[in-house]
Amino acid sequence: MLWEALGLGLGYNATLVTLGAAMLGFAAGATGVFLYLARRALVSDAIGHATLPGVVLGFMVMVALGGEGRFLPGLMLGAAVSAGLGLWVISWITTHTRLSEDAAIGTVLSVFYGIGVVLLTLVQVMQAGKQAGLETFLLGATAGMLRAEALIIAGGGALVLALVFALRRPMTIAAFDPVYAAGQGIGLRAVDLAMMGLALGITVIGLKVVGAVLIVALLIIPPVAARLWTERVDRVVLLAGLFGGVAGYLGAAVSATAPDLPTGPLIVLSGFALFVLSLLLAPARGVLAAALRHRRFQRRVHLRQGLLALAGDQPIYEPLTLRLMRRAGLVRGDGVATARGHAQAARARLDERRWQMLRSLPEFEAAAARHDGLSPLDEVLTPDQIAALDRRLGPDGVA
Amino acid sequence: MALDLVRDAGDRIDDSPLAIRGLTVSYGEKPAVFSVDVSFPAGQMTAIIGPNGAGKSTLLKAALGILRPLSGRVTAFGRPLAEMRARIAYVPQRASVDWEFPARVIDVVMMGLYRDLGLLGRVRPDHRARAMESLERVGMEGFATRQIGQLSGGQQQRVFLARALAQAADLYLLDEPFAGVDAATERAIVGVLKSLKAEGKTVVAVHHDLMTAPDYFDRALLLNTSVIAEGPVAEVMTEANLRTAYGGRLGPATAATAG
Repeated sequence: MLWEALGLGLGYNATLVTLGAAMLGFAAGATGVFLYLARRALVSDAIGHATLPGVVLGFMVMVALGGEGRFLPGLMLGAAVSAGLGLWVISWITTHTRLSEDAAIGTVLSVFYGIGVVLLTLVQVMQAGKQAGLETFLLGATAGMLRAEALIIAGGGALVLALVFALRRPMTIAAFDPVYAAGQGIGLRAVDLAMMGLALGITVIGLKVVGAVLIVALLIIPPVAARLWTERVDRVVLLAGLFGGVAGYLGAAVSATAPDLPTGPLIVLSGFALFVLSLLLAPARGVLAAALRHRRFQRRVHLRQGLLALAGDQPIYEPLTLRLMRRAGLVRGDGVATARGHAQAARARLDERRWQMLRSLPEFEAAAARHDGLSPLDEVLTPDQIAALDRRLGPDGVA
Repeated sequence: MALDLVRDAGDRIDDSPLAIRGLTVSYGEKPAVFSVDVSFPAGQMTAIIGPNGAGKSTLLKAALGILRPLSGRVTAFGRPLAEMRARIAYVPQRASVDWEFPARVIDVVMMGLYRDLGLLGRVRPDHRARAMESLERVGMEGFATRQIGQLSGGQQQRVFLARALAQAADLYLLDEPFAGVDAATERAIVGVLKSLKAEGKTVVAVHHDLMTAPDYFDRALLLNTSVIAEGPVAEVMTEANLRTAYGGRLGPATAATAG
């Protein structure tokens, strides 16, 4: 069953829903990068929670008008209106009072959510049975989703993604250096408004799939995971999109295997698994890579210090240094240097002198920036450059 | 006696690259810049000098429309600021930046091409070439693929200058370009600014070092909330003017050298 679901073998509707969730995840990941880089990610949590009163009110209005209460576009419209109102309240509190934004976010998030839950309970009491399924907007559910609904979600995701692509440059410049951005005529308020609008769009589109409570995870986890892999913003966006897409796909597929599995938590857990893998394995900023790098660096430092001590006829006290040097065949078991040890020690000393000279000369600035006290200079400079350095050093390698 | 209120039919003040009239900027109800009138002449290097809190950076930010002034008008090249943005390059203080940002040096320099590229313009090879040339001018071409946070303060400052150069503007506004940089960077930046002047560009920089101002700049604007003096650097930096601006904060050695 699980493999069939992952292979899109559970029928046309389930396939459509899974692909829709993947599209939503891709758009959410890409959008979230800009929220994360501008340090506005938590606002999206408030947006998510603030949709709830709108969903329930939208339902009530549609029922009162004699329509189908669960008509998705109507619920989405209600969600957008109440989330928009929540955003406006946050912005009003931050600009018109001395309260900081986190206080405003906390207030709006809890009050709107509280109102939503009260309204939801009211609906359940007043119209028992008929509202069935409205509470799925809390945590998301894809079971029994209509084809049209899946298409709305996929289409909405694609639209948000296109807007993110169009606005990527001003959003990047404003997040990196807001003062410069303003000097370039980029309206910071407009950029922020656009960013919040995109987050609101993702939230509203994702309500049915991920739910009001967890949508923030789809906006934050993929960017944070992607950031671990690369130092380039365009790649962070692409990777975050991919991670979000995979999380949406996996979560929706798994939730299709059993009737009562909530989709939102499964999507969030899939995203979290990708985050943990990234945290461990990413070569640039991952924990494992960092630990390995640190260990290798430490060993090289010890070896180098041992060689320099040898060159200066100083005793070596550090047990680790001695052990490493013995293993490399640089000293004998009794601590006396081998011929190879002496040769390498002399080389290390020359390298050290060259580095010192190099770092005092402005024309070698680019090379000096690569100074780690360890790299042999012939890996950094061309033979010509080393010859030029040596001319300054004088015949005996002495400045 | 006729009071001439309307100077001109339109927004035109004069043709200078940056002309400011009656500019007042206030934080709360305390003016940081009060009623400043100044025109920076084309092809000249002007230093904005004055004590801490004199409103030097504020003046620059208001001139660029980053801060909204309480009153006053700004024109660039005789036109409204908004029309001339592409011809104005700005180097802000380094403090405003998120150094953990996922961007390499070359990516930061490419940001200077935003006014050319717009939202959807494709990055062409000649754009990249322009960005690399700008890096070469500040001696940072060897750093193009480094993450921006890995650089020293002086190197970061040169990258910011390269970002401004990539814009190929006619007016360069710099906010404390020499603050907290090493001697090599200071020489590199001065060299670039002088070469800009040689190309006929206009340079205006907030500058805090009275000792070097006469060497680096042609003109000076001495500011302490309002304008104390403006003109050729030697005429502005007289002992009397500096005492007016700095009061007791001016050390005797500086006053003697500058005077």
